Amino acid sequence: MTLEEIIKPENRIYGKTPLLTETPMHYCPGCSHGVVHKLIAEVIEEMNIAEKTVGIAPVGCAVFAYNYIDIDWQEAAHGRAPALATAVKRLNPDNCVFTYQGDGDLAAIGTAETIHACNRGENIAIFFINNGIYGMTGGQMAPTTLEGMKTATCPNGRDVSMEGYPLKISDMLAILDGTCYVTRQAVHTAAATARTKKAIRKALENSMNSKGTSVVEIVSTCNSGWKMTPHQANKWMVENMFPAYPLGDLKDR
Amino acid sequence: MEEIKLMKGNEAVAEAAIRCGCDGYFGYPITPQSEILETLMALEPWKTTGMVVLQAESETASINMVYGGAGCGKKVMTSSSSPGISLMQEGLSYIAGAELPCVVVNVTRGGPGLGTIQPSQADYFQTVKGGGHGDYKLITLAPASVQEMADHTVLAFDLAFKYRNPVMVLSDGIIGQMMEKVQLPPHQPRLTDEQVREKYPWATTGKHGRAKQNVITSLELRSEEMEKINNRLQDKYRQVEQNEVRFEEYFCDDAEYLITAFGSCARICQKTIELLRAEGINAGLLRPITLYPFPTETIAQFAKHVKGILSVELNAGQMVEDVRLAVNGVTPVEFYGRQGGMTPTPDEVVKALKSKLVK
Repeated sequence: MTLEEIIKPENRIYGKTPLLTETPMHYCPGCSHGVVHKLIAEVIEEMNIAEKTVGIAPVGCAVFAYNYIDIDWQEAAHGRAPALATAVKRLNPDNCVFTYQGDGDLAAIGTAETIHACNRGENIAIFFINNGIYGMTGGQMAPTTLEGMKTATCPNGRDVSMEGYPLKISDMLAILDGTCYVTRQAVHTAAATARTKKAIRKALENSMNSKGTSVVEIVSTCNSGWKMTPHQANKWMVENMFPAYPLGDLKDR
Repeated sequence: MEEIKLMKGNEAVAEAAIRCGCDGYFGYPITPQSEILETLMALEPWKTTGMVVLQAESETASINMVYGGAGCGKKVMTSSSSPGISLMQEGLSYIAGAELPCVVVNVTRGGPGLGTIQPSQADYFQTVKGGGHGDYKLITLAPASVQEMADHTVLAFDLAFKYRNPVMVLSDGIIGQMMEKVQLPPHQPRLTDEQVREKYPWATTGKHGRAKQNVITSLELRSEEMEKINNRLQDKYRQVEQNEVRFEEYFCDDAEYLITAFGSCARICQKTIELLRAEGINAGLLRPITLYPFPTETIAQFAKHVKGILSVELNAGQMVEDVRLAVNGVTPVEFYGRQGGMTPTPDEVVKALKSKLVK
């Protein structure tokens, strides 16, 4: 068989969804962002809602999310994505609206916007990448950094007597009456990735069906920030992140 | 029949917003402007025009809701008073950077810090010189009556969409709280979603068959490209300066002395002009209606003919700096102001003008 025959469309068993653009992603090899982007694009494509979906990008590594998924986007100030999404959805109730935020964006500087959007039950989906570190600015401590974990701003490890405790913000959001679905997932294995895709779909469906706020936390790796190989990072995540941030549904109403 | 009502300046803003087809208001309570949000909640426009009204968790959230709504091509606004406007500076910078249209009403109170709930004009610098980070400009309207609170709300939206730029209505606690007769603007329907998509092809409405995605952002990491954006913004501001200067002259034609004052202070100074003229001193009042763009050229022309100019403000001397730049040393420029929520009497200003300028 020649190469031309092998790459014929009918022989393909896997491909990228057309909603993912041709722009090469800037994410480090091994980073979870690319996988989550792909899942969101696939779900939007499968739900056939690309024409009426608006994404809100954060400040953080995913600041350029709009370069990779071919839908309308707004780029928010750091932490403010849920406020933007609130207005976008209320003024365009037929649209599907989601935010994509990291742990610094959602759980530090944007805590108030996150909690109040969830508490109002805004009909939006929030995709929350929790890798316990500030990736874009070079590996500083995040609110979700684990106890003892070393970062550029806690070089000897997070000392809870000084820096407080890892913030379990999804657990907080789950107790709010405005949230309809809060789940914690990961994308380190094929099975986990499939579960995350289902969660993303449920969250976007909830936005379309005005069921309230959905939060999908994806416990993620930042192998560059963690100073590990991608393989080591996955292993470290399973052994250290998952005990602090156990996977599964926190709320499904 | 003309529809004339008696109401507060803050109430006039709310009424005018609904009537001009505003799509959304997002705000947080703060004295002395809470009547804007209260009036909107009482009028329930979501039942009539479909306008969204939401009490946000903070001014930071309010201005970012405005960003989101404006990014969809919707006619959106917020209001606050000085400390709340300080919290909005981040959002205003992003909105200016992303070139989005919106209206922000500042019913100013005295500062710094928590200051006082009494009226002040001490946010002049913050408003016309930037306030947030980066080189940007807010088109700034300064209403001096309840009628202008209504009219400027409508005009602010027109200018915001004409230039895709945030517009500030810089009012103060006097104009917001006082009651006057007002003729409310005529009803304009809100744009439909189809009209928004057609009129504002840049808006993030969802693609709806559009070939290219729309992205609302102020981010550009390539310096060569960012400089082009900066230059484009500056070109826009030059256009604004050329087209949108607004001011009012009061007995200026034969004036030997000129008072410059805006907003509530200009109302006080109208009386001062009458008192001075009764004493045989030919004084006139130039009231900038747009603080940015500033009537620089007009003031420069007056400077050639008058014996002196007095800038009267409810602050420690802010607009006077722009007056001095316009005058450029051609004639003496003096300042008289009160602070802390105090307002000058017309007599006080008469005495100030005579002691500082009339030799």
